[in-house]
Amino acid sequence: MSGLSTFTMILEGLLAGAGVTVAVTLASLLLSVSLGFLLAIVRQFGKRRMLHALIDAYCEIMRNIPALTHLFILYFGLASIGFRLSSISAAILGLGLIGGAITCDLFRAGFAALPKGQAEAALAVGFTPYRTIVDILTPQAMRIALPSLGNYAVQLLKDTSIVSAIAAPEIMFYARSMVTSSFQTTLIYSTVAILYLALALPLMRRSACSKPGTRG
Amino acid sequence: MNPLLSVTGLTKSYGAVEVLKGIDFDVAAGEKIALIGPSGSGKSTCLRCLNFLEKPSAGAIHLDGERIGVRLGRPMSDRQLAPQRAEMGMVFQLFNLWPHLSVTENVAIAARKVRGLPAKEAQELALDMLAKVHMTHRADASPLELSGGQQQRVAIARALAQKPKLMLFDELTSALDPELVHEVLKVMEELAAEGRTMLIVTHEIAFARDIADRVLFLDGGRIVEQGPARALILSPREPRTQAFLRQIRH
Repeated sequence: MSGLSTFTMILEGLLAGAGVTVAVTLASLLLSVSLGFLLAIVRQFGKRRMLHALIDAYCEIMRNIPALTHLFILYFGLASIGFRLSSISAAILGLGLIGGAITCDLFRAGFAALPKGQAEAALAVGFTPYRTIVDILTPQAMRIALPSLGNYAVQLLKDTSIVSAIAAPEIMFYARSMVTSSFQTTLIYSTVAILYLALALPLMRRSACSKPGTRG
Repeated sequence: MNPLLSVTGLTKSYGAVEVLKGIDFDVAAGEKIALIGPSGSGKSTCLRCLNFLEKPSAGAIHLDGERIGVRLGRPMSDRQLAPQRAEMGMVFQLFNLWPHLSVTENVAIAARKVRGLPAKEAQELALDMLAKVHMTHRADASPLELSGGQQQRVAIARALAQKPKLMLFDELTSALDPELVHEVLKVMEELAAEGRTMLIVTHEIAFARDIADRVLFLDGGRIVEQGPARALILSPREPRTQAFLRQIRH
């Protein structure tokens, strides 16, 4: 068997998992950005101390426990008390909930970077706090947060590789099973590397293009 | 006739620090009043209390007979305050234009979203207001492309577009390069000539003398002296006012 056709075979095998990798990345990205934005708004503009404390605790818990531990709790832990999630839903939920804590901080940094006068000027023209947040603060905070969100998205794409540990059939999952049957370790994992690079580069590009201050 | 704005017993404390110690004054419709005084005298705080950007610790503010910031004896939320704030146009020391919006949009957005004007009317209003401050030529620019003086003139247009009963100016030339101060003050003179009611916190004493009907001199959180602009600035009675004006001339 020629080297090229082996490589093609490996690539085809891995591509079967690429769909799941992309789907898990996009779904957990959507979940984490929505959750993170919501948490950031409540934490930044909400008046209830109790909620602030809860959000802070949530962020600390999510960020200071390894992602793999979270995934095991969701997948095996919940199953043991009779609540069975599919490996893909557990992966999306786990990475999304962790990502909510990460992006919450990114959005908060965006809001915190805005001068106080931006909100004051909005209130002074008669905007309600809601309109101030929607029309004046959020668009500006988004622009500031976007490059870090791009970095986060790339990180997330790479992190999906750990969900093979709960048997989600993504790239790494197929790679491991191919290695077990063919022992082509170097070739397979190098192909995996190339595949991740090919998926990550366009994301990286996008986030690098959206520097704050550039006008849309 | 009732005054347009009446301020009685206005005090403001930050913790143990009392910044305003009981301010009383009235403003008649069409009157132009300059607030002068050393830094830390409380003049900016006083202005910011009028539209409740700072919440007063005590005292009452009435605009056109309506109590500001208090309803049925209870303090109003920012949401409830919004319509009252819309009655007062405010211009800030640091302009505070919104950099993600074009110059025209900075002026038009509140007309649409606060007063509910249709987009086309809001746009026309914005262009009219920009013409007043001689900024029509930069209508499509981003605020980030403008000089400080230009930004401040757009900020004035934004406040004018509210059709406010009262205009509040908070040290509007203090952050400007000296050569840009003139273009802003010229716009102010034109506004004053239109008979608008204006409250102006300023360090430009000559400007205060020429534009204001009345000057309030604040020091240590109190009105130390007040009177007709020319008389107060040319021949102040109180020793503290005299000392302040002497210092500023040199």
